[in-house]
Amino acid sequence: MKQLSVSEALNEALIEEMERDETVFVIGEDVGTYGGIFGVTAGLLERFGSRRVKDTPISESAIVGSAVGAAATGLRPVAELMMLDFATVCMDQIVNQAAKIRYMFGGKTKLPLVIRAEGGAGANAAAQHSQCLEAWFIHVPGLKVVMPSTPYDSKGLLKSAIRDDNPVIFVEHKVLYEISGDVPEEEYVIPLGEADIKREGTDVTVVTYSMMLHTTMSAAEKLSKEGISVEVVDPRTLYPLDKKTILDSVAKTNKLVIVHEAPKTCGFGAEIAALVADEAFDTLDAPIKRVTAPDTPVPFSPSLEGFYIPDEDDIIKTIKEIV
Amino acid sequence: MEIGKDKLEEMLRTILTIRNFETRTEQLFAQGHIPGFVHLYIGEEAVATGVCANLRPTDYITSTHRGHGHCIGKGGDLSKMMAELYGKKGGYCKGKGGSMHIADMDLGILGANGIVGGGLPIAVGAGTSIQYQGTDQVAVCFFGDGASNQSTFHESINLAAVWNLPVIFVCENNFYGISLTPDKHFRIQDISVRAMGYGIPGITVDGNDVIAVYEAASEAIKKAREGSGPTLIEYKTYRMKGHFEGDHRLYQPKEEIEAWQEKDPVARYIDTLLTEGVLTSEEIERIGQETESQIEEAVKFAEASPFPEPAETLDDVFCEEGR
Repeated sequence: MKQLSVSEALNEALIEEMERDETVFVIGEDVGTYGGIFGVTAGLLERFGSRRVKDTPISESAIVGSAVGAAATGLRPVAELMMLDFATVCMDQIVNQAAKIRYMFGGKTKLPLVIRAEGGAGANAAAQHSQCLEAWFIHVPGLKVVMPSTPYDSKGLLKSAIRDDNPVIFVEHKVLYEISGDVPEEEYVIPLGEADIKREGTDVTVVTYSMMLHTTMSAAEKLSKEGISVEVVDPRTLYPLDKKTILDSVAKTNKLVIVHEAPKTCGFGAEIAALVADEAFDTLDAPIKRVTAPDTPVPFSPSLEGFYIPDEDDIIKTIKEIV
Repeated sequence: MEIGKDKLEEMLRTILTIRNFETRTEQLFAQGHIPGFVHLYIGEEAVATGVCANLRPTDYITSTHRGHGHCIGKGGDLSKMMAELYGKKGGYCKGKGGSMHIADMDLGILGANGIVGGGLPIAVGAGTSIQYQGTDQVAVCFFGDGASNQSTFHESINLAAVWNLPVIFVCENNFYGISLTPDKHFRIQDISVRAMGYGIPGITVDGNDVIAVYEAASEAIKKAREGSGPTLIEYKTYRMKGHFEGDHRLYQPKEEIEAWQEKDPVARYIDTLLTEGVLTSEEIERIGQETESQIEEAVKFAEASPFPEPAETLDDVFCEEGR
């Protein structure tokens, strides 16, 4: 094992996949000379040259659209959108083109395309640079959505996303880039659609992902000292969803809390709640609870953003309501 | 430019096939055989004919909602096209796409497109692929005057220019964006002048003259194949039918339609071929009949093809392969 940050783990995944497959290339704003605003593509330009590491104008529709066209004609682009918020200016290319081309064409083409973007609050970046928009993409048939929480998961999932023959929205979290974690020396991949039980427990299941996984793990540690045993399930891939791991966990604990950083209404938590209510209602001993951001834009000031982002106390309080 | 007899005859066959296909489609739609929306290419046939006559099967095109002509020009299968218009299983997209989403990846037809301006970035992606692989293919991007006011027009042409991609941007200026006339969305006479803003050549050509269309496209395509980058060609033509079948067309003045009728591209081309002694009227008549019988075969195929099974709705969302 070695210790890598999320940025370094993603960087390794890109290098390994570009070395493995000559059709893999990187395209986006500041991915070349700069090495990516968050350092994820650092050193790639020097290593692979401008043919395979393409700096673009600030033209998100052209970035995603040209990645779509390249994917349809034999390449495997990894497009970077910098901030997930910037997906709003190229939604046609993501939603109407990338997600639907295979289906509209009767299954006669494949679109091996990864769109990497960084989301989430916690850096006082305010309302246009902090959003968690994953639910939008989960709601569009034809897209896979990945949201890793650790260096290990980030690397293994990005490698799988690049090898996948479908459009994958790969959402990284800005606060997580610098956290360190174990990454194997040898090559590995993590299949899309497999959840990971990050902490085993018996009293309550918490489904959470990305940044909130870490907040939940801290809360779970504190609760264990009070005798409450929390099982933490990280879906890692939000679509396709590993329903079985979630349902099995709830069958064991009989209680469910969902924690996410996105606003509550129509968030991913609503889908998990509906899934469990629909398929495992009899196993529940308490109402399903959600811990989420409020239904507001992400505020700027540290005092406001601190209120906005769910914290350990919010999670502990909610768990105690049902345990 | 000297154009050989074979090429001239091939173009006659193409333009007559498009005209007769569209005329037949108009009837079939009126009779209720074709569901949904149909946008006819009648009046604009010279553009697809003259441009596609310069293309190889390995070249790429992106098309529009008014795409039947481009597909035929690029060698599309009439039976699969007609069956797709009918929503039948034997169609290009197994009935999942319809008129606005016909594609044939084997012929480099990267899809008609239901979003105005949606195809421009995808053509840039095909151009990116070509440059990446180092071949002498080209990508031709068909779009309309309406699309030239979309942000994708700006982003795509600029990116193709910066990267010197082998993409030919073919603007079919048919004088109408549904009901919108040029005075309502342009302060320029010729859309081609916008090329100057991207540092690439731009020309305006009579889009109802097959020979002029062919020659202008030939030069731009030759340049692109040689690595000299993109060109914007504006072909001035006219939409002889409504925006879609069923459009009341109250906004199109009768005198204007009559004036353009005088410049009908099919009649003009036939006249040129007769005047120049390239083909006799008997030969032209025979070619016309051959195209008509091919279209009747296509209609028979479409009618005989079954509708897809309802459960096929669920197929083709994702590709199960990967590498």
